[in-house]
Amino acid sequence: MCLALPAEILSIDGETATVDLDGARMPVSLAFLEGVAPGDFVVVHVGYALTRIEPEEARRQLSLMREGTAPGMAEGVTG
Amino acid sequence: MSKSRLFTRKLDLRNGAVELVHGAGGKASAQLFEELFRPAFSNPALDAGDDAAQLAGGARLVVATDGHVVSPLFFPGGDIGCLAVHGTVNDVAMGGGVPNHLTAGFILEEGFSLSDLKRIVDSMAEAARMAGVTVVAGDTKVVERGKGDGVFITTTGIGTLHPDLATPPAAHRARPGDCILVSGPIGEHGVTILAAREELPLSAPIRSDTAALHGLVAGLIAAVPGIRTLRDPTRGGLATAINEICRSSGTGALLKEAAMPIRRPVEAACEILGVDPLYLANEGKLIAITAAEDAAIALAAMKRHPLGEEAAIIGEIVSDPDGFVQMETPMGGRRMVDWLVGDPLPRIC
Amino acid sequence: MKYVDEFRDPDTARILADAISGEVEPGRPYSFMEFCGGHTHALCRFGLEDLLPSSITMIHGPGCPVCVLPVGRLDMAIALVLEHPEVILCTYGDLMRVPGTGGQTLRTAKSRGGDVRMVYSPVQAVELAQKHPDREVVMFAIGFETTTPPTAAAIKAAEARGLSNFSVFCNHVLTPAAIDAIMTTGSGATGARLDGFVGPGNVSTIIGAEAYDEASEKWNKPIVISGFEPNDLLQSILMLVRQVNRGEARVENAFARAVRPGGNEAAQRLCAEVFILRNSFEWRGLGTIPGSALRLASGHERFDAERRFAMDYVSRPDHKACACASILRGEKAPRDCKVFGTACTPESPLGSCMVSPEGACSAYYLYGRHRDSAARRVAAE
Repeated sequence: MCLALPAEILSIDGETATVDLDGARMPVSLAFLEGVAPGDFVVVHVGYALTRIEPEEARRQLSLMREGTAPGMAEGVTG
Repeated sequence: MSKSRLFTRKLDLRNGAVELVHGAGGKASAQLFEELFRPAFSNPALDAGDDAAQLAGGARLVVATDGHVVSPLFFPGGDIGCLAVHGTVNDVAMGGGVPNHLTAGFILEEGFSLSDLKRIVDSMAEAARMAGVTVVAGDTKVVERGKGDGVFITTTGIGTLHPDLATPPAAHRARPGDCILVSGPIGEHGVTILAAREELPLSAPIRSDTAALHGLVAGLIAAVPGIRTLRDPTRGGLATAINEICRSSGTGALLKEAAMPIRRPVEAACEILGVDPLYLANEGKLIAITAAEDAAIALAAMKRHPLGEEAAIIGEIVSDPDGFVQMETPMGGRRMVDWLVGDPLPRIC
Repeated sequence: MKYVDEFRDPDTARILADAISGEVEPGRPYSFMEFCGGHTHALCRFGLEDLLPSSITMIHGPGCPVCVLPVGRLDMAIALVLEHPEVILCTYGDLMRVPGTGGQTLRTAKSRGGDVRMVYSPVQAVELAQKHPDREVVMFAIGFETTTPPTAAAIKAAEARGLSNFSVFCNHVLTPAAIDAIMTTGSGATGARLDGFVGPGNVSTIIGAEAYDEASEKWNKPIVISGFEPNDLLQSILMLVRQVNRGEARVENAFARAVRPGGNEAAQRLCAEVFILRNSFEWRGLGTIPGSALRLASGHERFDAERRFAMDYVSRPDHKACACASILRGEKAPRDCKVFGTACTPESPLGSCMVSPEGACSAYYLYGRHRDSAARRVAAE
């Protein structure tokens, strides 16, 4: 039930976005998420978009993961 | 002497509907057979119009039967008709048989559209032709409106044991150390049916993989006559089929998730629908168990066939007192791959 | 980047696992609770516990809305659909096989003529109401703060369309209240054992990571908000170990790609308009918790199925042998339950933990019980 997936917005028509997840497409409601555009990735849960995924944050986190570390842990800094 | 016309009016195959009288065994049944079933399946045994067919065959017969109740009746990649042919042809092939003949029993619902029925029967006939099998006998019954679901089909397949086989492939023959192979990407039929049935406006480039596998099997048997086990993982998916094999042979299994072939859109549709592809039906895939030294040869033989191009070795049979099927996840952890629990996906085959 | 595979990269997983092994202090045990059912599912499905050092124990929390729904609430829904033929009850699939009193389920209610329909979204329920003006459509709404805004949006959509045949059976519950309950239950026994929490990622996209500051401070435990991919979990566990080693107790947001400061304010506003806090609500396993659940606010009463159909709640006990309550509190592990795997299995479940794919018992049974057998055999040798 926590099931929430990142999907790419292909197009927006009013309050409904068509999203794509690796070739599977479906409509998703933007009833409580503004400021998104085609090309953005959103987290989808029970037919609604919860939030936009920030690419820069994701990249930052991935590079920390690849070094076996975490935010606030590099150089002994407490965040 | 020409036969006088038995039926006053031809069946309206475009706009007509099945009626209870079509299943009664009288003239209406005869007409349904004459004008719909026989033209599609025509062959000497069937055309003779008797209740049974006498077939030439050796002593080593392989027989299988399967009921088909899939809903919806028509889905991307196929329909209940070709599914009914492929399913039984495949069962015979998994038993090491070269399929020759089929029988087909139809249970029709009163009111079912004749044009849809014709579409299904034509699809069956085409599938049978492509598979090189003939439908030699059949039966039709009709049930009252509301007591059926359009059409149910039961097919029985008869074949003769492949001449290269000394021992027929069987689940109980699997041994620790044997390799487990799958002929191609999993979950396609099951996820297609689920997506077609749910009222989710989900569209994905997925289609049923329904296909006759006996050609692929023939190539496998020719390459590896000592093949231990063949199984087509239909209802219950790959997971259930491997659990069945292990139970039958008193073994366990260890699969490798990283080696499991699955197409991205199928994986995505599964995530959206909240199902595990290991438990979804496959109607055009097989599992093969071979001795370790035969695995590479078996793999190559499958890859040479159009239905086996994406075949892969996905794991091995192991010794396990509990008979568990386990899977190594891509990051090196382990999880169990249990039997399918309950029937969360009704009528997918 | 599609934000899934990259966070499942096996090489990165091994690097993170090694980092965790390097970070744990020898001879010191660590117990962390992953609150959210989605995290429990990910741990089990990827076999992540095999990658963790043996000094770390993951305790499964109550963050599975199906699991914490008390039997009496499920009974209400079953009674509603059997007593009211005009009702179409829309439910998420997870609820279909949960046993109510006497082993009744929504599935058996359906086979007895109740019009129960599985939906993937409340949007489908609203559409059904529009399509069938002669029927009463009731959405069986469950879930933590992730699922609440969708229900609220559906109610607003029904309102906008002028639908008078749509209502919601509201069972939405709140996470911070559940964390408090975990920490106080059994005179704080569980709480004392826990060194920290893997915090719910999706809930936090709505309510923000700051929502846990109070709990972290009050109970003096670190809380790391985590995403759901395997590497998210591993990194979050690394961060928890680090905090514990340093004697810290802070909230850290390790899901920053999805969790904004303050969360999703539009979603919060929508919920505040449609819902109001209940005085109290019974949770399976955690008892009655004040201020832990929601009901329809004034101005939206007509969308409240409980009012519309005069539904009364009667507290009903769990099955006698069911240990879901202790498991949800983190006091027992699934294998400690006397009927685990025998009388209670996924095909014949006695309690909700065994039905929901996110329930601790179900996850353990389906993905993890090979560990038990191995352990028993080692012990026997």
